[in-house]
Amino acid sequence: MSKYYLNYLDELESEAIFVLREVWAQFENPVILFSGGKDSILVTHLAKKAFFPAKIPFALMHVDTGHNFPETIQFRDDIVKDLGLKLLVGSVQASIDNGRVAEERGKNATRNALQTTTLLDAIETHIIDCAIGGGRRDEEKARAKERFFSHRDDFGQWDPKNQRAELWNIFNGKHFQGEHFRAFPISNWTEMDVWNYINRENIAIPSLYFAHERQVVKRDGTWIPFSEFLVLEDHEEVLTKKIRFRTLGDITITGGEESEADTLEKITAEVSGMRNTERGNRSDDKRSESAMEDRKRQGYF
Amino acid sequence: MIDNNQLLRFTTAGSVDDGKSTLIGRLLYDSKSIFEDQLKSIENTSQKKGFEGIDLALFTDGLRDEREQGITIDVAYRYFTTLKRKFIIADTPGHIQYTRNMVTGASTANAAIILIDARHGVIEQTKRHAFIASLLQISHVIVCINKMDLVDFSENVFNTISNQFESFCSKMLIKDVRFIPISALLGDNVVNRSENMTWYQGAPLLHTLETLHISSDINKVDARFPVQTVLRPQSETHRDYRGYAGRIASGVFRTGDEITVMPSGFLSKIKSIDTFEGALEEAFAPMSVAITLEDDIDISRGDMIVRSNNKPEASQDIEVMLCWLHNKPAKPRAKYTIKHTSNEQKAMIQEVIYKIDIHTLERKSEDDTLCMNDILKVKIRTTKPLMVDSYRDNRTTGSIILIDDATNETVAAGMIV
Repeated sequence: MSKYYLNYLDELESEAIFVLREVWAQFENPVILFSGGKDSILVTHLAKKAFFPAKIPFALMHVDTGHNFPETIQFRDDIVKDLGLKLLVGSVQASIDNGRVAEERGKNATRNALQTTTLLDAIETHIIDCAIGGGRRDEEKARAKERFFSHRDDFGQWDPKNQRAELWNIFNGKHFQGEHFRAFPISNWTEMDVWNYINRENIAIPSLYFAHERQVVKRDGTWIPFSEFLVLEDHEEVLTKKIRFRTLGDITITGGEESEADTLEKITAEVSGMRNTERGNRSDDKRSESAMEDRKRQGYF
Repeated sequence: MIDNNQLLRFTTAGSVDDGKSTLIGRLLYDSKSIFEDQLKSIENTSQKKGFEGIDLALFTDGLRDEREQGITIDVAYRYFTTLKRKFIIADTPGHIQYTRNMVTGASTANAAIILIDARHGVIEQTKRHAFIASLLQISHVIVCINKMDLVDFSENVFNTISNQFESFCSKMLIKDVRFIPISALLGDNVVNRSENMTWYQGAPLLHTLETLHISSDINKVDARFPVQTVLRPQSETHRDYRGYAGRIASGVFRTGDEITVMPSGFLSKIKSIDTFEGALEEAFAPMSVAITLEDDIDISRGDMIVRSNNKPEASQDIEVMLCWLHNKPAKPRAKYTIKHTSNEQKAMIQEVIYKIDIHTLERKSEDDTLCMNDILKVKIRTTKPLMVDSYRDNRTTGSIILIDDATNETVAAGMIV
């Protein structure tokens, strides 16, 4: 006699597959926003399951800031080749070169906010009507209010106070020309769920998530990787430490933590004992109390 | 991680004053689901506001407007995990003008927490929250009688309020009601058992949430499979493969089952139930699978595969309990797009049978306007038949939404009577 209920990971998986299939059924030209981080890798893995034995019917879209970890780009190219998918790249460098955006100045300058323009331009150029993201509601307070199907107006903007009601699992993806949607299949997953699932399914992730030796600089209480893009302050010293990254963003803003965790089991165990949120080491979120909300309103991921 | 751990979704409705945010903060804090950087940021804000210690309510902080006004406007989802279960909280505002948000939060919940201020007892808002839980068929209602510290932890007060609640909710369709005396502020009976209320023999809130029997909440009798999309790989290994992809809405399907495709009425047998991991002998709700059939028949999105000996009703005329969600009222006899599972048709609201007076919960038949937050019983006619069950039997095949074609907005949500 079998049990007739799912455990929570299976239920989350089934929900995400349902959402991905709804996207495919309701939109003309959806893409997966692929950053090379664990959440977008997870979404891609779930898409593989949702459409098996057919292949993933979505292209991957990468918004390339030019400030990448080389490992991330390698990983991206491998997964695209392995799954036989199309890759669309929106380049922040190109947006700067043709004057769409201007580079930030100062010590903590990043290209994080510039990505929004590049992303929206890419969505317009490729006539994308739905961009599937790996955003999770547990990440940040503005994200806690996101729908599975989230409407963006023809300026790509999010209006959190005027969102469509979303009841049961009936999703309304209707939109006018020029508008688009963001879809978030893993909305209900937490960081811990993601790691438990990656561990269970043995999903390949970039080596950056595993403890490795790296040249780093201590800044704002975290280890920022040393790279050609980093402008050193006089007192700052480049050290070699064994670190790993808990989230992956731009190489200029992603802080690592000292760690010995070099297997998926060890990472999962380490994350379950962590006492800080994963975005705590992301300087993009530290700028103000509503940093994420403000960026999301503009059209950020 | 324990392989058998289940997911429990619950909703909380309440306003600023009855301690809803404090209760959620307390659940997260005492179950050690708060991270240190969050705690630190809350401590700083609490100090700025002149609060002694930490203001637990700040953990449920939301959008900028909500922070500035100190209210919850929209549904916010929060997460925590214990050794026994993973929990999803749909944190909704409690005020009457946010009825639609409460309905939204309740639509996916297994359980509802209704908060009552021990000093005030059952008030109009309590009845409304209970009514919404009953309307949305939430299987379990947990009534938390809060601020017991302000009534000297009195057993008498607790019993009086419990009786009040019992007597008015006996008319509603709530199967499982429990009462817990708590102090969210001090933590009594939230995660840890209260030392101030030794007269209370029941379990604290968290233990109650961890042990509610939820496996029977999903209908396992009526096999329903709404087709989302058709998988046709046309690859070398799967040249003639034709799989119907969907999420089982209710019931159990087995390989070899005799099925009927609705609305066409074609009969066939299940050839295989496929997943990425391989074929299954049987699959049940809410699993996402792909089904292949013995016969080559025309099936597309919006069709429903059901077992031949247990079919839903195919109907163009349905009676629905409708909640109007949009600030633009309905126009008389206006046409809408109706969505029901993966099916989509045009529909018209033909008649308002009655409206619920949200203050008294009485039925009013003379008022037939449909405005935001209204809850009404209506007759809807669709252009083609929908394959429906009653919402009471089946949350998935018994629910619909209405979309305004002029704006593409979702304007109403309905439960089929």
